[in-house]
Amino acid sequence: MKPGMNPAVAPVAAPHATTANSVGRVMATVMTALLPATLCGFWLFGWPAIYLWIVTVGAAMLGEILCLRLGGRAARPALSDGSAILTGWLLALSLPPWAPWWIGVFGGLFATVMGKQVFGGLGQNLFNPAMAARVALLISFPVQMTAWVAPLPINAAAAPGIIEGLRITLGALSPALDNISSASLLGHVKTELSRGIDLLHLLTAGHAAADSLSGARAGSLGETAAWLIAAGGVLMLFLRIITWQIPIAMLAAVALPAALLHLVDPGRYLDAGSHLLSGGVMLGAFFIATDYVTSPNTPRGQLVFGAGCGLLTYVIRTWSGYPEGVAFAVLLMNSLTPIIDSSFRPRVYGRDRKGVALEPIK
Amino acid sequence: MRLFPIRGGIHPDYRKELASEQAIVSLPMPATLYIPLQQHIGAPAEAQVAAGDLVKKGQLIARSQGAVSAPQHAPTSGRISAVTLVPAPHPSGLAQLTIILEADGRDEWGELPEAIADPFAAPAQAIKDRVAASGIVGMGGAAFPSAVKLNLGIQLKLDILLINGAECEPYLTCDDRVMREHAAEVIDGARIMAHALGAPRVVVAIEDNKRQALAAMNKAAAEYPNVAVIAVPVQYPMGSERHLTQAITGLETPAKKLTADLGVVVHNVATARAVHAAVRFGRPLLSRVLTVSGGAVRNPKNIEVPIGTKVAELVAFCGGFKSEPSRLVNGGPMMGQPLPSLDVPVVKGTSGILALTPAEVNDAQAGPCIRCGTCVTICPCGLSPVEMAAFIRKDKLDVAARLGVQDCVSCGSCSWICPSHIPLVHYFNYAKGMLMEQNREERKIERTKTLAEAHAIRLEQAALAKKAAMDAKLAAAKDKANAVAEEQAGA
Amino acid sequence: MLVAVGSLTVMGVALGGLLGIAARLLAVEENPLEEELKAMLPGSNCGQCGYVGCALAAAALAKGEAPVTVCPPGGRAVAETLAKKLGVTADLSAHEDKGPEYAFIEEDLCIGCTRCIKECTVDAIVGATKQMHVVINEACHGCAKCFKVCPTDAIKMCKVPLTLSTWHWAKPEVGQTLH
Repeated sequence: MKPGMNPAVAPVAAPHATTANSVGRVMATVMTALLPATLCGFWLFGWPAIYLWIVTVGAAMLGEILCLRLGGRAARPALSDGSAILTGWLLALSLPPWAPWWIGVFGGLFATVMGKQVFGGLGQNLFNPAMAARVALLISFPVQMTAWVAPLPINAAAAPGIIEGLRITLGALSPALDNISSASLLGHVKTELSRGIDLLHLLTAGHAAADSLSGARAGSLGETAAWLIAAGGVLMLFLRIITWQIPIAMLAAVALPAALLHLVDPGRYLDAGSHLLSGGVMLGAFFIATDYVTSPNTPRGQLVFGAGCGLLTYVIRTWSGYPEGVAFAVLLMNSLTPIIDSSFRPRVYGRDRKGVALEPIK
Repeated sequence: MRLFPIRGGIHPDYRKELASEQAIVSLPMPATLYIPLQQHIGAPAEAQVAAGDLVKKGQLIARSQGAVSAPQHAPTSGRISAVTLVPAPHPSGLAQLTIILEADGRDEWGELPEAIADPFAAPAQAIKDRVAASGIVGMGGAAFPSAVKLNLGIQLKLDILLINGAECEPYLTCDDRVMREHAAEVIDGARIMAHALGAPRVVVAIEDNKRQALAAMNKAAAEYPNVAVIAVPVQYPMGSERHLTQAITGLETPAKKLTADLGVVVHNVATARAVHAAVRFGRPLLSRVLTVSGGAVRNPKNIEVPIGTKVAELVAFCGGFKSEPSRLVNGGPMMGQPLPSLDVPVVKGTSGILALTPAEVNDAQAGPCIRCGTCVTICPCGLSPVEMAAFIRKDKLDVAARLGVQDCVSCGSCSWICPSHIPLVHYFNYAKGMLMEQNREERKIERTKTLAEAHAIRLEQAALAKKAAMDAKLAAAKDKANAVAEEQAGA
Repeated sequence: MLVAVGSLTVMGVALGGLLGIAARLLAVEENPLEEELKAMLPGSNCGQCGYVGCALAAAALAKGEAPVTVCPPGGRAVAETLAKKLGVTADLSAHEDKGPEYAFIEEDLCIGCTRCIKECTVDAIVGATKQMHVVINEACHGCAKCFKVCPTDAIKMCKVPLTLSTWHWAKPEVGQTLH
């Protein structure tokens, strides 16, 4: 800008300085927080998991590029904010680790195309794209989406190597590896309870809660190492990427009913610890429910939202036909976000909660 | 003294060290001064001089007009060369009526009013008259005529005169230096204003990053038990008068009301210093201290500048630009207005001139809103910028008004913190301007309707009057004809 | 099944009949909308909209025959008020806001014929026969009736100038990534 420039050119409004932060940086920080748990998942489930992750993230990016091109918008600026990669990443973490490649492709494309771009792109979607894709997959392909495997560390002798892992992902499962398919804790609980076997007899055999903490049990790619997820979440809290309201409210709303009902009938109702450490609750509380676009903006609204997610998760897990409820709970609460936002606005300075000007108090 | 927290706010990079250690220097008197008639809120002053007139320093050159206005005085002796349109230091670049004064180099004082010997014994009205006659306006940037503000003590019972030494904008250090170098003058002016207002206490609030200023002001206020100097936390926008009042008293100013309704009147430190000069020496407001800073300025300085100096001269005095500035700002970076060019004059409310480098401005293409809600968290006024901006973008200004856009103080915190670099405050300024324009248009339509109705009534009455006149004429003619007929019959 | 079909059919016929009767009995006779729309227009009957007087323009608006941008002197404010009343979205993008205008009489060309004074519906022109005519700017609302009748073309329509107090920020133009 040169001094003496034409004043008829539209002036730029204040402020004349902005934060160094950007959407790309925020996404990068979230991905850094997810990295430890993801790497642990790769280590526990081996090469097929790595390929699945690559395919899912790639499909999410592909969906984004296709939609942007169709809409005549430049792809590079939108991609460089990292939101498509993060969507694909979160989706990959919620899939069965040895799922075939087309699950990843379908899910990734669905997430960005139907979950985000059809609403108008970044910031416009009502529903969490990763969860929308997961639910679509779960309903369409229930068998593949519940085919859990027990963890096999990547350096173990029986674990599939690079090429074998690729073959698994491409759909040709080696017969020798049929033995390691296993049910997740929640799936096991639901099936056995429905067969009349109560929890006290169930949980002694091979599903100790401690395993959930370190992650050495069957589950989706990201749900296993609960403590790594929580650590990532706490990192994000410290870096002020997320606020404490949603995670704490969601975890509390799962833990409290669980603890209460477990006290009432320990044979029928799973305890709070198991609930918190299994399934997608940790991932959901810190990374999924806290998604900016689909969650409320105010502290009180966030508490309501988190509590709703937690409560619905517990209800779906305990009394519905599905063993896991995080995805459904999050989607249901997403639909309530606009009304929560308009009901829980902050109080304007100088006015009361209804917007009427205050009386001067001297 | 117990302090209270204020909501939200940000902590930008202050970069005050660029100019904070530069003692105030006086600018050598420029050859030509451009004194606009409107440097304040309210009606513009009316020029009392014309081309060719000779004036002395301190002479009245424009009279205040109406209740809310301020006069202008000649910053130096010389000859008036014109009263004409000159580009204003305003983002529009529009011109305004300005008095152009060619300095004669002698800087001769004219006749000044007498110093008020004991201001604390003088009646309050005498102080207010002196402040009004000296052309003093709020020098923090708002430029509200100070004499009018001093009148608040008449109708309202006031507790505190709050002197705003917060200076929360980045880069600006003029108030800091004034407090360090002229603490006694500021305290004296403050006490005089408190006397005029009828306020028993004076509180000087200074942000905690100005330790030397705090020390200097504390020393100057030590002997006056009713003057307290308080350190307030460093938080933008602590200098906003509503928020500073809340920090000091814990009281929230109701919407659309003044802090005076809470018993607190806020004035800037430079205004207090100007009142001291006016009351103790009879000197009108002729100059002000401002900061020239920014990464693109070679030698940032704090300068005492005569009103009407062209900004280009200030930049030259500071060694010019060491790199091409990305933006020229009148004021601080958070709320300052962009300068249309360097060819505009300094006015009474100009607190700083900044030349910012591209790195400092960090201009980025605005991205889509990701609804992160950070703007809601940090808004000091408890508004929801994300929602208001969305409605304004869709031209639903009435919804934005209902959400409270007119309660926005345009502090700029939300725009600063937005990770998508959305120009939120620009949306709100646009909305406020449009709502005012719509209001003006509606009132104009009302007036037009009234005039049209009056016109219709006038025509109706004229028609009736005409008809009555015609009837009367007819009746008279008939009578005459009858009389003639009777006469003829009789004869 | 017959019972189901039969009962639903009977219910449908009965309820539909009731609705029809209600539509006749409870129909609203006059159209108060027209009066309300007329109140929103400037009321100076300048004719720029093409209708003879504001009352007829209001009638056309009520029938939906005229767009909400029909009143040029009313400008954006009137268009938006009308749009809100009629519950339509005003397409103001095509509406060329000429901006407020006012009439100005060139003294050299004015012959003092008083034709413009007779035309002005808000009495904004001051003058008398064979005397100089002058427009009072604040009263003039730019309907241009005087402009049309002046025999010497002494009147021209000028834009109301933008001043420091009437200027305001324009809507920010943001790039293509923003919606």
